[in-house]
Amino acid sequence: MALSEQEILAGVAELVNEETGLPVESVELDKSFTDDLDIDSLSMTSIVVQAEDRFSVTIPDEDTKNLKTVRDVVNYIQQAQG
Amino acid sequence: MTTTSQRVVVTGVGALTPIGATAHETWEAALKGTSGAATITEPWMADHGDLPVRFAARTPPPGIDVLPKHEAKRLDPSGQLAVVAARQAWADAGAPDVDPVRLGAVVATGIGGLWTTLDAWEVLRTRGARRVLPMTVPMLMPNSSAGAVSLALGARAGAHAPVSACASGAEAVTLALGMIRSGRADVVVAGGTEACVHPLTLATFSAMKALSTRNDAPERASRPYDVTRDGFVMGDGAGLLVLESAEHARARGARVYAEVLGAGMSADAYDIAAPEPEGAGASRAIAEALAVAGATPSDVVHVNAHATSTPVGDLAEVRALRGALGGALDDVAVSATKSMTGHLLGAAGAVESIFTVLALHHRAAPPTINVDDLDPAVDLDVVRGAPRPLGDGVAVNNSFGFGGHNVAVAFGTAS
Repeated sequence: MALSEQEILAGVAELVNEETGLPVESVELDKSFTDDLDIDSLSMTSIVVQAEDRFSVTIPDEDTKNLKTVRDVVNYIQQAQG
Repeated sequence: MTTTSQRVVVTGVGALTPIGATAHETWEAALKGTSGAATITEPWMADHGDLPVRFAARTPPPGIDVLPKHEAKRLDPSGQLAVVAARQAWADAGAPDVDPVRLGAVVATGIGGLWTTLDAWEVLRTRGARRVLPMTVPMLMPNSSAGAVSLALGARAGAHAPVSACASGAEAVTLALGMIRSGRADVVVAGGTEACVHPLTLATFSAMKALSTRNDAPERASRPYDVTRDGFVMGDGAGLLVLESAEHARARGARVYAEVLGAGMSADAYDIAAPEPEGAGASRAIAEALAVAGATPSDVVHVNAHATSTPVGDLAEVRALRGALGGALDDVAVSATKSMTGHLLGAAGAVESIFTVLALHHRAAPPTINVDDLDPAVDLDVVRGAPRPLGDGVAVNNSFGFGGHNVAVAFGTAS
């Protein structure tokens, strides 16, 4: 069963927290990973790889570079889940 | 080493070892003669029923209260121990106010990020290249802990990672002394770390016949100088010291544990693994440490020996000590603390430097346990049974490593 936007956001926030130590509540839909959350490219790659596992989706590298905000990732996962 | 008149002192210590979660806990446990060796109970042992050695001296990973999950995730187990020990040492030194470009980090390892390497290899084999995490290389490289400690403390004078097997930790102290004496730094956090107890290392050190196989009594297996010693007990842990120019320490009113008087290094060029049996190279390192210290053999009150509990190695060191100290050796209290901690490989020389420094500070030499029947070839005054009161003077820490590395560091009672 597909997860809701809120459920995916909660999962992504948890991954970001484990990777960077940022509080889960700081991971909001309109935040930019680089500009607002100060997440570097190695951490971003790590988060994407773990998101693939957690949500059973595939996020190709060419798509990863377009994922600028938390909303981009949540929407991508939601659509990929079909 | 460049030498100047610059005096260098130890103002902080931190350690996570099989017998204590801090340097001071480790010291207290050592005074009581505590063994850190135990049967390995991790589930992975069950997959390797044919391993001839089934015990080690383990150090638990730091808890989430001292190392948050996001930090732990980016560090090999050896790096986790190093960063926590470095923070302990830093706090113990009173968090010195020092210009970051005058603060150095020297953190050694013997083996490096073995768990990270092998875990990543398993992920690659079973799940493919896309599943391998991007932090793998920074976690497995041998300078990983040096970089991580430099980052954790903001140390910008230089970050170095000497690799000389079981002499690495003492070599780190030696390089730190050089950094301060050559004017590159005022304060250096130095030591070593190791966390490589793994089926692969148990199998490979066993293949060399280097490990004790006393599976039925792990706590009695590390027995330097005893006639029945049959090899070392592998262990993991970390030890870091804060070295500081005496001038800098004095200016901030720091507590001084001991002075770092000098260090000596040499190489055997004899065999890649076996020590040169007469201990000539080790003897030169000890003599050099005393010469740099401006000390004579009769100044030496205490030796923390390398003494890993191997039949050949322990005797080579006895000859080295006799060669360097001559008759004065008869009045030296010798402790073999690996009898309690096991052999922490790249961390050994650092943890044992801490023991040596605290022995001078507390004026007590820790006991050597499990010496039930002293090898008659060991003509040393081995401290056994209980700690021995020490007078003021010079104490030497010896560390030797596969590859033929010999390091001796001479410390002195704080004046």
